[in-house]
Amino acid sequence: MDMDMDFTAPTSWADALAAKAERPDSLPICGGTDVMVELNFDLRRPPALLDLSRIGELREWSRRGEGSGAAIRLGAAVPYARIIRELSGPAPALAQASRTIGSPQIRSRGSVGGNLGTASPAGDAHPVLLATDAVVEAESVRGRRAIPIREFFLGVKRNALEPDELIRAVAIPAAAGPQQFAKVGSRNAMVIAVCSFALALDPDRRRVGTGIGSAGPTPLAAPTAEAFLAGELDWPGLRLPEGAARRFGALVAAAARPIDDVRGTADYRRHALAVLAARTLSWCLADARTGPGGAGREEPVPA
Amino acid sequence: MSSQEAAKPRGSIGRALTITVNGRERTAAGPVPPWRSLLTALREDFGLPGAKNACEQGECGSCTVCLDGEPVCSCLVAAWQAEGREVRTVEGLGDADGALGAVQQAFVECGAVQCGFCTPGLIVAVDALVHSSPGRPPGAAEVREALAGNLCRCTGYEKIIEAVGRAAELVADQDTQHVATEGMSR
Repeated sequence: MDMDMDFTAPTSWADALAAKAERPDSLPICGGTDVMVELNFDLRRPPALLDLSRIGELREWSRRGEGSGAAIRLGAAVPYARIIRELSGPAPALAQASRTIGSPQIRSRGSVGGNLGTASPAGDAHPVLLATDAVVEAESVRGRRAIPIREFFLGVKRNALEPDELIRAVAIPAAAGPQQFAKVGSRNAMVIAVCSFALALDPDRRRVGTGIGSAGPTPLAAPTAEAFLAGELDWPGLRLPEGAARRFGALVAAAARPIDDVRGTADYRRHALAVLAARTLSWCLADARTGPGGAGREEPVPA
Repeated sequence: MSSQEAAKPRGSIGRALTITVNGRERTAAGPVPPWRSLLTALREDFGLPGAKNACEQGECGSCTVCLDGEPVCSCLVAAWQAEGREVRTVEGLGDADGALGAVQQAFVECGAVQCGFCTPGLIVAVDALVHSSPGRPPGAAEVREALAGNLCRCTGYEKIIEAVGRAAELVADQDTQHVATEGMSR
């Protein structure tokens, strides 16, 4: 009942886990950029809100491990504005995706943990997390578990969390090669993606990572396209045979499962994804030659 | 009041809420329910209608206030999340004697106001912007990026962007005068 709706604001992680165990039906809120929209429009009436914004450790990040095993452990509530300022080196595609999110007001509040909690197919961080093989750190009073990102998204706005679990952090492997993110929308700010795409190349492991946003019931990876590109690329120099970029784009488009909706048609999304995939690939190859943000950036890729 | 608030019973639901608003610790006039946004609380419970209610989904920026110094959409903050924190609204940007603040003065001088509905949110966002890098006026791209979350349907933005430049000048002048005054009093 609405009148009993409760608001709890723990100041420690242990207290948050205890509160979630006691009330598994409570809805976690932190930046509020998703949750408050649902409350304002009465789309949801959770019996309780669990405010995580007073838990300091959720707003911290750290670097773990060395060399090819290095990863960024990103606290669930680190706002996008700080990802842009502090993590563009080890997490370039995540920083790039963060710059496309909402507006300054949204980026100072919204976080990757919240994006994962909402698990929208259009969440801007998701394609990057898929492309970089991130791992979600979930925890409850029963213990902690690591959920590989490719097992995290179960359906439209459904994720693999148990009712008593909270997201504590996300482990993102530090970039070992070029990474790019691109998004299609009607303007530069305040846009829910029509579709989006992230690409991460790892020359050490000879691995290609992809992530597709807003073109399926969940964010998707494109494993066939990844295997194709990993086989075609001349590692570690990152040279590519003629025509391979176009074929890569076609395979990414084929991995999408888009629908027609208010933001775009399924056909348009497939077409745009093929363009974004070939374009981000050309940017990555240019970065490999000239360093991130190098001269090759504006190379046109035919649609 | 939000669309859902109209449908909800009013009265004794919620708890007393204390926030530092515009430099003064204040307690809401009545009990604040847990689902209420900071925007609704400011307007209904603190008697501060400066922040405007338009989209209620963070799209338009007309409800922008500073929370612990950072511009946020107050419609996307649960009122209870602001408990014990510092909120600055457009009402807190004028001088104590009722004179206009630098950003307000700049908007008037440049004709950056038409219907006025987006103005309070823009004033708060611009105030945060021009104070974020003292002594260095923000560049054109920086201004457009900083204001990307504030929609104006009247002006076409050119006068607003002009006003940002003027506000930066006024703030720099104030700082210079402040330093000069301090120097004289020593």
